[in-house]
Amino acid sequence: MSTESLTFTEKYDLLGCIQCGRCTGGCPVTVRADLNVRQFVNDAYDEEKLDELARLAEIWDCTACHTCAVRCPKGLKPLEVLIGLRSLIVESGKVEPRVRDALQSVLLEGNPWEKSRAMRQDWMEGLDVRIAEPGEYVENLFFVCCTNAYDPRVQVTAKNMVKILNKTGVDYAFLPEDESCCGSEVFTLGEEGLFEMLVEDNTEFLNEFSAGRIVTLSPHCFTTYKTHFPDLKHPVIHYTQLMDELIQEGKLAWKGELPKKIVYHDPCYLGKQGGIFDEPRRILKSIPGVELLEFNRSRERSLCCEGGGGKMWVESESRKERLADTRIKDAKAMGADLVAAACPFCILTLEDAMKGLGYEEEMRVAEIMELLGEFVEV
Amino acid sequence: MIEKPKIGVYICHCGINISSTVDVETVEEYALKLPNVEVARTYSYMCSDPGQALIKEDIKEHDLNRIIVASCSPRMHEPTFRKAIQEAGLNPYFLEMANIREQCSWVHQDMEEATAKAKKLITASVAKVRLLEALESTEVDAEPAALVIGAGIAGIQAALDIADAGFKTYLVEKTPSVGGRMAQLDKTFPPLDCSACILTPKMVDCASHPNIELLSYSEVEEINGYIGNFDVKVRKKARYVDFDKCTGCGDCATECRVADRFPSEFDEGMGKRSAIYLPFPQAVPAKYTIDPEHCLYLKRGKCGKGPKCQEVCGAGAINFEQEDEFVEFKVGAIIVAPGFDPFDPSRKPEYGYDDYPNVITGMEMERLVSASGPTGGKVLINNGEEEIEPKEVAFIKCVGSRDESVGNEYCSRVCCMYTAKQAHLIREKLPDAKIRIYYMDVRAFGKGYEEFYDRVRRENVRYIRGNPSEIFKRGNKLVVKVEDTLNSRPLEDEVDMVVLGVGLEPRAEMRQVMDLLRLSQSGDRFFLEAHPKLRPVDTATDGVYLAGCCQGPKDIPDTVAQAKGAASSAMIPLARGKVTIDAQVAEVNEATCRGCGFCVEICPYSAIEMVTVNRFGHEIEVARVNEALCKGCGSCSAACLSDSIQPKSFRDRQILPQIAALGVMK
Ligand SMILES: Cc1cc2nc3c(=O)[nH]c(=O)nc-3n(C[C@H](O)[C@H](O)[C@H](O)COP(=O)(O)OP(=O)(O)OC[C@H]3O[C@@H](n4cnc5c(N)ncnc54)[C@H](O)[C@@H]3O)c2cc1C
Ligand code: SF4
Ligand code: SF4
Ligand code: SF4
Ligand code: SF4
Repeated sequence: MSTESLTFTEKYDLLGCIQCGRCTGGCPVTVRADLNVRQFVNDAYDEEKLDELARLAEIWDCTACHTCAVRCPKGLKPLEVLIGLRSLIVESGKVEPRVRDALQSVLLEGNPWEKSRAMRQDWMEGLDVRIAEPGEYVENLFFVCCTNAYDPRVQVTAKNMVKILNKTGVDYAFLPEDESCCGSEVFTLGEEGLFEMLVEDNTEFLNEFSAGRIVTLSPHCFTTYKTHFPDLKHPVIHYTQLMDELIQEGKLAWKGELPKKIVYHDPCYLGKQGGIFDEPRRILKSIPGVELLEFNRSRERSLCCEGGGGKMWVESESRKERLADTRIKDAKAMGADLVAAACPFCILTLEDAMKGLGYEEEMRVAEIMELLGEFVEV
Repeated sequence: MIEKPKIGVYICHCGINISSTVDVETVEEYALKLPNVEVARTYSYMCSDPGQALIKEDIKEHDLNRIIVASCSPRMHEPTFRKAIQEAGLNPYFLEMANIREQCSWVHQDMEEATAKAKKLITASVAKVRLLEALESTEVDAEPAALVIGAGIAGIQAALDIADAGFKTYLVEKTPSVGGRMAQLDKTFPPLDCSACILTPKMVDCASHPNIELLSYSEVEEINGYIGNFDVKVRKKARYVDFDKCTGCGDCATECRVADRFPSEFDEGMGKRSAIYLPFPQAVPAKYTIDPEHCLYLKRGKCGKGPKCQEVCGAGAINFEQEDEFVEFKVGAIIVAPGFDPFDPSRKPEYGYDDYPNVITGMEMERLVSASGPTGGKVLINNGEEEIEPKEVAFIKCVGSRDESVGNEYCSRVCCMYTAKQAHLIREKLPDAKIRIYYMDVRAFGKGYEEFYDRVRRENVRYIRGNPSEIFKRGNKLVVKVEDTLNSRPLEDEVDMVVLGVGLEPRAEMRQVMDLLRLSQSGDRFFLEAHPKLRPVDTATDGVYLAGCCQGPKDIPDTVAQAKGAASSAMIPLARGKVTIDAQVAEVNEATCRGCGFCVEICPYSAIEMVTVNRFGHEIEVARVNEALCKGCGSCSAACLSDSIQPKSFRDRQILPQIAALGVMK
C-alpha cells in the first residue's frame, strides 16, 4: 500500500485510539493553551471536518514534545494528527509569513534561519576544523545543526566542541558546507513534501561519507535522524554520549572549579524521545565543584520549554505563563544558580525566560558544551 | 497391500460452512469415479450421530475397508471418526481426512475454484488412504500420584481435590509458606470475604492431609518421562532450622541480632522482618526459616559471640550445618500453578513510583488496609515530610495493562474490581476522604461485580473517565495530571496519596518451569493452553495441566474453577490407572540407521535416544523412539539423511503419492 492512498484515519491509526485521554492529560501546553489533542484524534475521523479542524489556531500550540506519543497506550502519535492538519494549511499556502519564509529558506539555503548557505561555516573562523571528505573514513562525523551554525548565542556549542576534540585527539571531522537542515522543524510545521525531499537528499548526502557514527549537536537532529531516516547507514549519537565517553575514559583534563548549584533541564528530544537521561547528568557532575540539583519534574516527567514544534516561528496567542517561565521560576525556587541544557532551542527559550523574569544578575542558562569549554583544558 | 481397497468418501456440508462455497454434490459425483471408491455421500453434519451412523452402516453393507471424511481439520474430529470406524470393526487408522473447510471453503470465495480444490484434496486422500497400514495403540500403567507446582490458591485447590479423590499429591512451593498472593489480600471482592478467613483453613488442610506431601521452600529441579510416568526430582532448600524440632514459637526472630531489619516480602517491603523469620503469622508450615542472604552467621561466618537464635531456641532447632536435600518420586500427572507477578510500576516512570513514598501499588494497599499489615490496618502514608492520614486518595487503573508502551496489550481482569474494593475499604476507614478513581473503562463482568461497582459509587467514590498521564509534586501534594475525557477538561488534581492499580504479568522466572516441562507461551507471555475454548487447562504436553494466573490474569473465583478443572483432568489418567499411547509415532529402521544422532537433537519432545545394539557381532549405535513421548510430528524424518526414521501413517511411501496427486510435484 502506498502512503499516498492512505486516508487520514488510516495514516494516523485513528481507530486504534481508545480515547483514554493520556495524551491530553500529559500535554504540557494544556495549562496555557486550548489545545486538546485527544479531541483532535477523535474528531479527525470525520474527513469532511478536516478543513475546519485545520483552521483552529490551537493546532499551532503543539511543541512536538512527543509526550502524547510516549504515553499513548495504543501506539498512536497524536501530535502527528496536528501536524497532518498543519500540512493542510501549508498545502493551501495560507501559512503565517514567518513560517513560510523559514520553509522557503530551508528549500533554498538548507536552513530555516534565512541565512545564506555560504555562511554556514562562518562559525569555524579562527578554528582549526577538520572537514570530512566523502569516502575517507572518520570515526566521529559531526552534524552541526542549523541553529548551532548560525545563531550567535549557541555557536559556542560547536566552537567549544572543536577545541576539545582537537585537544583530545579524537578521530573526528565536520561535514562540509553542503550540510543541510535535518528537517525536524520542517516535519513538525507540516511541510510534508519538503521533508520527504530532505530525507532523500540528506540520506544520499550522508551515506557518501564513511564514518563510524554521526554525532549530532542538537537533540532535534539526533531524534529526527533516528526516527525518520530508515536508510541512513550510520548509527547516530548525541554529543553528550561522546563527551560522557571521553570523561569516563579520563580523556578530559579539568581546570578551575564551578562551585555552583546546577539544575539540568531534560530537552524533550533528548530525554523523552531519545531516552538519554544519564549522560548529561554524569557530565555535569564531573565538572569540579558542581552540585547537581533535580527538578521535581525531570527525566521522563520533564516539562517542555516550548522550543520545538516550529514554535520558533509561531508565537502563541496565549497570555498565560510560558512553560519556560515556569521552568526558570522552579529553578529559582530550588536555589539553582545555573540551568543547564543540551539543546539550542532549550537554551534560547530558557534564557529568554530568565531575562524576561529579570533574573539575569543571579542566574545563568548554559549549554553543557559552554561549561565544558570553560572548565576543560584546551 | 493384501486386500483390495474399498473406499468410502463422506463429504460434509458443515451446515453451510462448506456447502456455501463448495458444490458438494458435484464433488460427490466426482469422488465416485475415483479408483477404488465404492461409496460417496454428502451429509449436513458428518460428525453428528446420524452422520457417523451413515458411515458405520456403509462399512458393514459395502464391506468398506478405507474411509475418507472430507470435512474439517483433523485436529478436532479425527478422534471422532476413528472411534466411529473402529465401532464398525475397522482399524481406526484406516481413516484419512480431507480438510475442505479450513483449507478450502473458509479461505476461498469463488465456488468453481473452491470446488475444484476440494476435488483435488479428495483425490490426494484417495491416493494415500489405500496405502495406510493397520496400527495398534498400546497402553502403559499410570502412576496414581500427582505433582502440583506452586501453592497459591490455584495449587492449593488442585492439590486438595486430587488428594480428596484418594491420590497421593506432592505440592511443591518455592517460598517458605503456601498461600501465594491471596494470603496477602485483606478482603476479597464480592462479597468482601476476609481473605485469611477463607484461605487459612485450606492452607492448614494442605499440611495435614494424609494424601498430600507438602514440600515448601522447595523447587523442582528435574522432570523426565511422560504422561503416567514422570520422574521428578525436587530440591528442598536448607532452612537451617530443624523442621521437626521447630515449634514456631518465634523467640529466635525476636532475639535475632538483626531483628526487624529487612523488608518483609509478605508486607511488600512496607513492614520489616528478621534474618530468621516466618513470612506471616498464619504461614503454613508454621516453621521458621533463616534467610541466607541476610543472616550474619551464614553471610559472614560470625554473629556476635555466637548466633543469638541458637542461644534462645528452647527446642534446639537451629542447625547451620543443614544442607539442601533432594527428593525423588514418580507421578502420573502434573499441574503447573506458579501464579503471576504484579506489574512493576518503575517501568512507568511518569507515575513517580520510585520517587514518592505516597505513590503505592494495589498490592501495597492490600497490606496497608490489612489489620495484620505494617500499620495495623490504619491508612497512614508518608507524604515525603510526615506520616499523615490522607484526605484525598486517587486510584489509577490499568497501570501496566492494556498498554502497548510497556508491551502488555491484555486487560488484567482484576484491577477494576480490586480498586473498587480498596476504595470501599478506605471509605470505611476514612468516611470524609475524597476518593477518586481514574479509569478508561470499568470492567465489572463477574457475578455480583456490577452490583458492587454500583454500591461503591454511591459510597461517594468519584469515577473520573481519563487515564492519568503523569504524577508530580507540588508542595506536599501529589499532582495527578489527567484529562476528564467526559468534559474534555485537562486537570491537575492535587491529592495526598495515589494507588496504582497495577496489572498482572507472567512470572519473571517462569522460564525455568517452561524449560522443565517444554511448555509454550501465548502472545501475552502467559502459559499457552492446548485450546483457548475447549482445552483451557491442558497443555501441548500430555499429562501436564495449567491452573490459575500462570495461564492468564484471573480473579479468585476463576482461579479456583480452573484449578478444579485441572485437577479433574489430571485425575483421568490417575483414575484409569493406564494411559493409551497413540500408535501414530515415528519408527526407526535399525538396519539402515547410521547412528548419527541428528534426530535426537532435532526432536522437540526429546523422544529419541541412542541405544547400542549388536549388529552381526558389532556394537553399533542406533536411534530408538520412546513411543510415549513421540507426538509423530515428523521433524526427525526431515532431518534423517538415510530415511531411516519415519512417522507411521506419514511414511514417504504414503505421503509422496498423496502430494503427487495434488499435482504440485513433478
Ligand atoms: C492487588 C491485588 C488484589 C487482588 N484482589 C483480589 C480480590 O479481592 N478478589 C479476587 O478474586 N482476586 C483478587 N486478586 C487476584 C488474586 O490475587 C489471584 O486471582 C490469585 O492470587 C491467583 O492465584 P494463583 O495461585 O494462580 O497465583 P499466586 O497467588 O501467584 O500463587 C502462585 C504460587 O506459586 C509459587 N511459585 C511460583 N513459582 C514457583 C516455582 N517455580 N516452584 C514452586 N512454586 C512456585 C509462588 O510462590 C506462589 O505461592 C487480586 C490481585 C492483586 C494483584
Ligand atoms: S493516548 Fe492514545 S489512545 Fe489515549 S486518547 Fe490519546 S491517542 Fe487515544
Ligand atoms: S507533542 Fe507535546 S505539545 Fe504536542 S500535543 Fe503532544 S503533548 Fe501536546
Ligand atoms: S545467626 Fe544471628 S543473624 Fe542469623 S538468624 Fe541467628 S541471630 Fe539472626
Ligand atoms: S481489569 Fe480494569 S483496571 Fe484492570 S486492566 Fe482491565 S480495564 Fe484496566
